[in-house]
Amino acid sequence: MRLPCPHCGERGNEEFVFLGSADPVRPADSEAPIEDWIDYVFLRDNPAGANRELWHHTYGCRSWIVVRRDTRTHEILGAEPARSLPPPASTSAAK
Amino acid sequence: MTPQTQHTSQPFRLASGGLIDRATAMPFTFDGREYYGHPGDTLASALLANGIHLTGRSFKYHRPRGILYAGPEEPNALVELRTGARREPNTRATVAELYPGLTACSQNRWPSLAFDVMAVNGLAAPIFPAGFYYKTFMWPAAFWEKVYEPLIRRAAGLGRAAREPDPDSYERSHLFCDVLVIGSGAAGLAAARAAARSGARVVLCEQDFRLGGHLLSSRDEIDGKPALGWVAEVEGELAAQSKVRVLRRTTVFGLFDHGVCGAVERVSDHLDEAPPFTVRQRYWKIVARHIVVATGAIERPIVFPQNDRPGIMMASAVRSYVERFAIVPGRRAVVFMVDDSGWSTVEALQRAGASVAAVVDPREEAPERARSIGDAKVLCGATVTGTRGRLRLSGVTIKDRQGREQYIEADLLAMAGGWDPALHLTSHLGSKPKWDESIAAFVPGSLPSHIDVAGAAAGRFGLDAALKDGVRAGSEAAHHAGFASVSLAPPAASALPMHTRCAPSWRAAKLDAKSFVDFQNDVTAADIALAAREGYRSVEHAKRYTTLGMATDQGKSSGVNGLAILADVTGRTIAETGTTTFRPPYTAVAFGAIAGRETGKALRPTRLTPTHQWAAERNAVFVEVGQWLRAQWYPGPGEADWRESVNREVRAVRSTVGVCDVSTLGKIEVMGPDAGRLLDFVYANTVSTLKVGRMRYGLMLREDGHVMDDGTVARIGEDRYFLTTSTAHAEQVLRHLEFCHQVLMPSLDVAIVPVTERWAQLAVAGPRSRELLAKVVDGFDLSTAQFPHLSVAEITICNGIPARIYRVSFSGELGYEVGVPADYGDAFIRLLVREGEPLGLEPYGTEAMTVLRVEKGFPATGELNGQTTARDLGLERLLSTKKDYIGRALQRLPAFNEPDRPVLVSFAPVNASDILRAGSHILDLGAAARIENDLGYMTSAVYSPTFGHHIGLGFLKRGRDRIGERVRAYDPVRNCDVVVEVGPPCRYDSDGGLARA
Repeated sequence: MRLPCPHCGERGNEEFVFLGSADPVRPADSEAPIEDWIDYVFLRDNPAGANRELWHHTYGCRSWIVVRRDTRTHEILGAEPARSLPPPASTSAAK
Repeated sequence: MTPQTQHTSQPFRLASGGLIDRATAMPFTFDGREYYGHPGDTLASALLANGIHLTGRSFKYHRPRGILYAGPEEPNALVELRTGARREPNTRATVAELYPGLTACSQNRWPSLAFDVMAVNGLAAPIFPAGFYYKTFMWPAAFWEKVYEPLIRRAAGLGRAAREPDPDSYERSHLFCDVLVIGSGAAGLAAARAAARSGARVVLCEQDFRLGGHLLSSRDEIDGKPALGWVAEVEGELAAQSKVRVLRRTTVFGLFDHGVCGAVERVSDHLDEAPPFTVRQRYWKIVARHIVVATGAIERPIVFPQNDRPGIMMASAVRSYVERFAIVPGRRAVVFMVDDSGWSTVEALQRAGASVAAVVDPREEAPERARSIGDAKVLCGATVTGTRGRLRLSGVTIKDRQGREQYIEADLLAMAGGWDPALHLTSHLGSKPKWDESIAAFVPGSLPSHIDVAGAAAGRFGLDAALKDGVRAGSEAAHHAGFASVSLAPPAASALPMHTRCAPSWRAAKLDAKSFVDFQNDVTAADIALAAREGYRSVEHAKRYTTLGMATDQGKSSGVNGLAILADVTGRTIAETGTTTFRPPYTAVAFGAIAGRETGKALRPTRLTPTHQWAAERNAVFVEVGQWLRAQWYPGPGEADWRESVNREVRAVRSTVGVCDVSTLGKIEVMGPDAGRLLDFVYANTVSTLKVGRMRYGLMLREDGHVMDDGTVARIGEDRYFLTTSTAHAEQVLRHLEFCHQVLMPSLDVAIVPVTERWAQLAVAGPRSRELLAKVVDGFDLSTAQFPHLSVAEITICNGIPARIYRVSFSGELGYEVGVPADYGDAFIRLLVREGEPLGLEPYGTEAMTVLRVEKGFPATGELNGQTTARDLGLERLLSTKKDYIGRALQRLPAFNEPDRPVLVSFAPVNASDILRAGSHILDLGAAARIENDLGYMTSAVYSPTFGHHIGLGFLKRGRDRIGERVRAYDPVRNCDVVVEVGPPCRYDSDGGLARA
C-alpha cells in the first residue's frame, strides 16, 4: 500500500501505524452515559466502501492523519492531517 | 571417438541449432551419476539431452514421473538441488539453470528412483481416495498425535530441507518506475519498447535467464526476420536507455495495492556459489505507476487414462526442448492435440529427425496445415485411451472415429490441450477471472486502472495479437503515467495465429482413477468425481477435499481441467463452477529472500546505552530489553553465580551507594502554554498543579480504563515538562501523547519532543548518594531543605557541564537521577565510580534494580501487564475526580469495581528457603488446583538479600483483607508448590522515610 501523507507525500505503508476508524467521537463528558463511552471505545462499524481511518506516520513526520480509503478496492480517496479537521466535541475535556 | 567426447556425449542433443554453447561442456550430477550439458541448458534440458525423462516420484502413489514442461509451471520434475547447507528441496529442474558441478537428487523415492518401495501406494490406490486422511485418521483421538501424525509426516513431504543455517546472504531493494512490464515475450518486449520510447522509466522483469518468452522456442518471423533477431534488437534498444532497467531471472510473484509489486531476482542461483560480496537472491519491492502484465499463457495438459508416464510431455515443452535447447526428446512420437498449436510441435519434431508416428485429434477435421505434415499419420476424430511403459512411455493406445483401438509404439507423447492465460498476478488484488467460451479459457477480470494485461495473458493469442497488444499496452501505460504517446507501428508477425481453432475444454469420454489432473498431488478425475458425489460441489471445497491445485505448483497446470471435470459431474458450466483464487506468491519465494539482511541479531537495531562501553569493560552481563542492551549485573571477583553479584549490588544500594544507567527510560519533553492541560488530560492524576522545580509520579490509563504506563513528570519551567516512561512503553506513550494532542485536542498549543537518546541518565541511590553527588555538582545545595524528595533542577556539574538532577527513588533509598547530554554519559559514569568507590559504591544492573523495587512494592512490567487497573495496583488515590482524563469514564464499568478483583500484594515463603516463581497461581491452603479455586497470580519474584529469603509481588482476590494469611503459590509447570504469607506490597521502609531523608 502507498499512503499520501499530507506532509511527506506518497509513502509506503510500512512507515505508518494503523489505529482504526476515525469516525467515533469521544463523548464530551466523562459522566456521559456509559453506553456512549462503550460505543466510543469498543464498538466499530465494518463498512464496505468509503471509510475514514486514522494512521500515524510513525517513521515519518509523526503526524496522525485521516485517510479516506475504500475498503472494497483499497483505493485511497484522500488524506488530511487529523489536527486540521474540525475538533471533536471532546476538547471540552480540557476546559 | 576419443574417451573425452564419449564421456561428454549427449545422445539426444541435436548437432546444430538451439541457444546453447556447444563449445563448453558442463559436468553435472544427477542421483550420483555424472552427465554433461552446455551453457544455456536448464537441468531439465540437460537431463533430456542425456535421455533421462524419469526425474521423480509422485507425491501420493509414488508413480514414476518425467519432465512435463519447460518452465516454472512444472509439477513433476522436482529435485533436491545442491548439497549440505545449500541443499534446496522441490526445485523445478525446468528452471534450474545448469552450472558446472551442479548436483541434484531425485526425491520422494526409496531406495532408488527406478525402484521405489512406496510405489505400493499406487497398487493400493483404491483405498486412497479423495479425502482419505479426513476419513481414515478420525479416531481414536489419542492416536492423532502419537500415531497418525508421525505416520503421515513420514510418508508425506517431498524433498528434505537443509539442516544447517543458510550460508548465503540476501538483500531487499526498492525500485520506482513509471511502467513495469512483467514478462518479456512478444507482448512484453513490444510493451517495454513502446513505453521506453515515450520517455517513461521502465522496468522489465523476466523470470527466465533469457528474454523472449515463447519466441525462444519458435521459428516465427517478425518484420521479415527470425523472431530471435527481433528480440535481440529490442533488447539492445532497451539496454541503451538509461531510464530502462531489465531484470532477468526475476519473478514478479505478487501484485499488491497501489502499484506495489514483489519480485525476487535470482542473482547467483545459476552459479555454484554466490561470488564474494554478492547476494544469492534479491527481493525487489517495485513501486510502479502502471503495470503491464505480459505473462503469456500456460499450456493445459489433456486428461486421459495413464496420462502421467515419463515421456508424456506438453507439446509446447517439446517445441521448447527442440528449438531452444536442441534436443530431440523422443525418437518416435505421438502428438495428441485438441488445439492447433500442436501442429508446430509436429513440425519441430520432424525437423529434429524424430518420427511422428501419429497425430491424434478428437476433432473431426484436420486444418489445411495438416496436409503438408510429412509421413505422420493424422487421425481425426480419434483419442488416446491409454498408455504403457513403467519408467518410460513405450506405447499409446488410440481409438479411432470408428471406435477401433490400435496400439502404437512410441517413446514420446506430446499433449496440446489448449492454453490458459497466465493471469495469476491479475487476481492478487481480488479480481475474479472470467470464463471466455470463445477461447475456452479464463481471462482476467476487471482490474484497477493502473494494471493492464497484454497478449496471451489477456487471452489474445497468437504472435500478431501479442505484438499489437504489447505496443498498445506499453503506449497507454506511458501515456497514463504522464508521457506523450509515441506513435509506433506494431511489428508484423509471420506466424500462424496460434488458435486457429480450439476445441472448448475437451475431455476424454472415459476417465478413471489413473487419469491425472493434478500431477504433483496425484489428484485424478475419479477423485474429483468422488468429491462431487460426497457433496463437495463448490470449487473451493472440492479443491481442499481433493487437494487439487494445493501442491507447490499451485495448480498452474491442473486448475482448468479440474474445474471442467467438476463442472461435468455437477452438471454445470465452467463459468457457473467458477475458479479458485490465486494468491501471492506466483512461484515459491525463499524465506531468506524475504528476510533479506534482517536475520539473527540484525533482525532489528540494537540500541546501546551511553555507558555501554564502560559496562562492557567491567564485564557486565547484558540483557535485551526491547531493542536495548542493558547491564543486567556486574560479576565481581570470586563470585560463584549471578545471585551473589546481584546480592552485592543490592546491599551496596541499601548500605552505601549504587549507580545504574536508566537512560533507556522513555524521555519526552512537552512544552508550550497548554502543556499542563494536555498532561492533565493524559495522566489520571493532576499534573498542572506541579510547581516549577517539582516532580511527581504519574499514572497513564488507556481509554478502556486499564493502566497503560507509569513514570515521572517533572516541571522544569513554566511551559515545560519532562516525562519519563517505562523502557518498554516509550514508543507507545509517545504515539499516545501525539494522538491525544493531534486528534483529540488539536487546538492546544503544545509541542511534544522525544528526547530519550539525548540524555545519559544515571540513577545514584543509597544512603551515601548525596555525599557522592556533592563531589560532582558545581556548588549546588543537595540538602533536603533546599532540594527535597521529588525536586528537579537544571544545574551544571564538573565545572560547567549542563545537567539535570531529579530527586527520585525507585529503590526506596535516598536517591537521585542525574541527566547529562548523552555524549558525556561515558565520562560521567567513570567519574562517579572513581569518586564513589571510596564510599563503597557498586554499579548495579537491571536485576538488582528489580530486587530493590520488588522490596519496595513498586509495580513494573509484570504488574503493568495491560490487564490491571489503578485500583488493582492500589493506586486509586491517584485517580482525579476533578477533571476529565483518558480512561476515566470507563472506571465506572462494574468489572472495575468488583470487590473480588485481585489486588496487588506481596508474598513471602513461610519456609525461608523456598523459592518463589513469577507465574505461580495462588490457591487457598488445601484447595484443589482447579480454575474455580484460583485466587490470583504472582507477577514478580526475586531473592531479597535484605530479608534473606524470596519475596514476590502479585495479585490476590480481596488481598488487602488477607494480609498475614497463608496461601499456596502453585506452579505446576515448574513443579513448584509453596506455602506463602501475604503481605502489603511494600515490605521495605513502608513509610518512605529513607527516600525523603
